[in-house]
Amino acid sequence: MFEPLPRLLLGLLTGFLFGFFLQKGRVSDRRVIVSQFLLRDFTVMKVMMTAILVGGAGVYAMLAAGWVELSVKPAHLLSIIVGALIFGPAMVFLGYCPGTAVAAAGEGKRDAWWGLLGMTIGAAVYSEFDVACTRALRAPVDLGPVTLPQLTGVPAAVWFGALALFAWFFFRWLDRRAES
Amino acid sequence: MLAVQALKRASWSPYAVGAAIGVLSWFAFLTARRPLGISSAFVRLVAWIEGIFAPAHVEATPYLAKLKPLFDWEFFLVIGVALGALAAGRLGSIASSERPSGRRIAEAVLGGFFLMIGARIANGCTSGNGISGSLQLALSGWVFFLSIFASGVATALLFKKEVR
Repeated sequence: MFEPLPRLLLGLLTGFLFGFFLQKGRVSDRRVIVSQFLLRDFTVMKVMMTAILVGGAGVYAMLAAGWVELSVKPAHLLSIIVGALIFGPAMVFLGYCPGTAVAAAGEGKRDAWWGLLGMTIGAAVYSEFDVACTRALRAPVDLGPVTLPQLTGVPAAVWFGALALFAWFFFRWLDRRAES
Repeated sequence: MLAVQALKRASWSPYAVGAAIGVLSWFAFLTARRPLGISSAFVRLVAWIEGIFAPAHVEATPYLAKLKPLFDWEFFLVIGVALGALAAGRLGSIASSERPSGRRIAEAVLGGFFLMIGARIANGCTSGNGISGSLQLALSGWVFFLSIFASGVATALLFKKEVR
């Protein structure tokens, strides 16, 4: 029923910091998220790309040092694409993703409370169809828990370097355009 | 003093926030041996609620039965996210008491419903797949990230959703 208390407190602390950062990053604001999808405000992309670059560089460095193991989800490409094509439009209408909905709800935004209710009902309904979903959408295309370096032979450092370069020039171009 | 001022500021640079979340993911990998994720905690909540009213049904539903124990690291992480955002909002003097309209409530409930259906079909949300998957350079994470971005942009532009 319970994991050990220290581990639960660790989860609480990690979550507290995560929620704190999301709120300070303004991504618990529905207008900021919808503006990203309208391509008017790239705050969400800036947060996510920086998190991926900083997080990824550190995790791969710690992996090389033998301190951590990766925890990669299997590439069931069909179910991921079908799920994402439902998730993306739903995120536009709700205005939050699951994590930012929890943050907005904690902050006192009442529309997010209703969002959490819908999400809980969604989880209940999905749990009835998981077996069918696995049979229909996961089994057909399963590439296993594969990473881009494993798939392509291109090392992680090159992937992060290329991503960083792209992010640097793209966001600099956006920020300069916004200034002028 | 400088730190207190930063905590009271209404918002931070998105790059600073992204870097902080990146470092937080190192912390999660090192201490919990797990990446950050949100949406599976909702399945645990459902398993707990249904377990009170229909324990036999939970036992018979593999998706709910396999997610025990209920109160795990990720469940408390989700509670922490709500508390952290509350603290950040209060420190930044952001008050949100806007009453949603009936239309907005319907939009939020339906949006939340399909959001979670999509997240569970894809086996992860913006945190578990989008950030944690992509930072590990997982194929699953990048396919999810690019697909939600493309479908979200198409939806927003198609419906010309005005941002209030």
